[in-house]
Amino acid sequence: MIKKNRVPMPKQEPSVRIKNFDEVALGYTPEQAIEEASRCLQCKDAKCVEGCPVEIDIPAFIKYIKEGNFLDAVKKIKEKNSLPAICGRVCPQENQCEKFCVMGRRWEPIAIGRLERFVADYERQSGYRSVVAASAGKKGRVACVGSGPASLTCAADLALMGYDVTIFESLHVPGGVLMYGIPEFRLPKRVVQDEVDYVKSLGVKIFTDVIVGKTITIDELFKEGYQAVFIGSGAGLPKFLGIPGEGLNGVYSANEFLIRVNLMKAYLFPKYHTPIYVGKRIAVIGGGNVAMDAARVGLRLGAEEVYVVYRRGETEMPARREEIENAKEEGVKFVFYSNPIRVLGEGWVEGLECLRMELGEPDETGRRRPIPIPNSNFILECDSVVVAIGQSPNPLIPMTTEGLKIGEHGNIIVDSEGRTSRKGVFAGGDITSGEATVIAAMAAGKRAAKAIDQYIQLGVGW
Amino acid sequence: MNEIVVKRELAPSIKLIVVHTPLIARKFKPGQFVIVRVCEEGERIPLTIADADNDNITIVFQEVGKTTKMLGQLKVGDRILNLLGPLGKPTQIDNYGHVCCIGGGVGVAALYPVAKALKKAGNRVTSIVGARTKALIIFEDEMKRVSDELYITTDDGSKGEKGFVTDVLKRLLEKNLFDRVFAVGPAIMMKVVSEVTKMKNVKTIVSLNPIMIDGTGMCGGCRVIVNGEPKFACVDGPDFEGHLVDFNHLLSRLKMYEKQEKEVMQAA
Repeated sequence: MIKKNRVPMPKQEPSVRIKNFDEVALGYTPEQAIEEASRCLQCKDAKCVEGCPVEIDIPAFIKYIKEGNFLDAVKKIKEKNSLPAICGRVCPQENQCEKFCVMGRRWEPIAIGRLERFVADYERQSGYRSVVAASAGKKGRVACVGSGPASLTCAADLALMGYDVTIFESLHVPGGVLMYGIPEFRLPKRVVQDEVDYVKSLGVKIFTDVIVGKTITIDELFKEGYQAVFIGSGAGLPKFLGIPGEGLNGVYSANEFLIRVNLMKAYLFPKYHTPIYVGKRIAVIGGGNVAMDAARVGLRLGAEEVYVVYRRGETEMPARREEIENAKEEGVKFVFYSNPIRVLGEGWVEGLECLRMELGEPDETGRRRPIPIPNSNFILECDSVVVAIGQSPNPLIPMTTEGLKIGEHGNIIVDSEGRTSRKGVFAGGDITSGEATVIAAMAAGKRAAKAIDQYIQLGVGW
Repeated sequence: MNEIVVKRELAPSIKLIVVHTPLIARKFKPGQFVIVRVCEEGERIPLTIADADNDNITIVFQEVGKTTKMLGQLKVGDRILNLLGPLGKPTQIDNYGHVCCIGGGVGVAALYPVAKALKKAGNRVTSIVGARTKALIIFEDEMKRVSDELYITTDDGSKGEKGFVTDVLKRLLEKNLFDRVFAVGPAIMMKVVSEVTKMKNVKTIVSLNPIMIDGTGMCGGCRVIVNGEPKFACVDGPDFEGHLVDFNHLLSRLKMYEKQEKEVMQAA
């Protein structure tokens, strides 16, 4: 008998979890994992794999789980993906593997992400590490810039191929957006550090506190003997709305808000020394995952009311459904069809003036364009504002590297394999694409690793 | 790496350290800064580099907050946990003619490499340095060496002229001496300097010191308003044209965490 519904994931109760920063989703038990894995039809021509940007052999790892062979399951995943505990948590599986699952045509698709997370956690907690024997690093030397998902994946894949890889990270810890961007309750930092340690165990060296473009340039990396450089420096600069009052105290970019909390642990102030200000009412502007993260962080910091202000409606929100649901459960309030036009206050934020919007014709992205309704102004009282409307690529490396072709949004232009306009320099992740997902960055790192291997071994690519 | 090789107390609560950090030292240009973190629980704070040789950088800081207090407790031989740099755009050095370099308080140390580079570039350098009182005047000898004239002011008159750096500046501006003014110090000093030079239309470069976290353009916390536009001091600055800076905005933002800064100092 096929079970139509997936095994639910145990979660912390909303009333409890908004008072802590512990992980919301608690993960499957071995019994639950086996039960869920048993739903898999083990399709011969598995569609789910087509939906996986890093081409994990999904039916194979699920079969191992069904047999209770969890360590072999994780080993199977790690053939393609060095960061399974991270991906199992933050990949938008509903748009990828799970979207293609045959079960999903009539019933609920297999919970592939939850299973991936389960085996990765199982391995970590068991203390066993399925290290794939890394070769000696004799095939050549490669430098990776940044230590987020793109660089970690590129570095791990190259190390597995036998390269000597060094990662340069500007912050004081490796992990990039996984450390500074995604909150603890969605992706525990211990999980990130464990997967970073796994990448290190493959022979990858990581130097923190080195900012490529300032401390050392890409040209100097080549002079030091690196044969290829991968740039995975991420989306850097936060965007602001450009409305009056954005300079007031109490207005944060989502980046700053989340960096203070996630990277600097302001939620543990004053034990940790970095402060954060929230006040009683927060308005978060934007409709993506970052906006959901900021809103949920706000609740946990003790705000009484958190509003997400978005200029379109709920169905148009780019955030994952799961995150929107989590935010709703926790009590985040949504102010749809509203566009902020001014932050009010004297020195400090006192409110946000917005205009009501209606949706017009679809724009170039296919989404219906929001149009302001004249004289529909209203004021949302609040003590702080978090602007979560996206980021643009960090200009530091393009500014200090000759011969890199840059797009109109400041992104580094690459071909489908991650080659930039400059010989030996590759790039991937948000620095090339603007903003995308962790897994998209990982896929780009993976493609670039293959292209780097071809370049170093065969001299091809330019 | 990051080992403190020299430590000196320049004035009560103002300390100088020389830190072994060859990669940063070799890249340093006047006007640039580093981000420092001193312990696992610590904040990231920006500190301007006062000097560098091939292997070491000099940092001068005033113990005003948690991080600078802890930094002040480190001894020769200790390592600074995290040190990132050199960050920010270097000060534009050129032969402008006759320049005036103005420094206030601990900012004089950050002004010194700029004055030195300006002198080397062929400028005539007139410097004005000020502090609250005699004991807080730092880098006097260094500034003397790189200046054609050096004026000193103290608020209480215990050294040099009694008054503010801007009193001297106003007087000198009457003679229309300067082709360009450089000011490094407390925000309020840079504000008044800019107001004074604006009346005479003398281009003035200030080095802004907003609150920062990453120092690499990521957080936007250090945004300042220049000519009506938001700019990030860490990547667009820290140098800006003083006449275009919204100093009231900067002064207000510098106070954003006043309450928490006290709280963290009192916490064990």
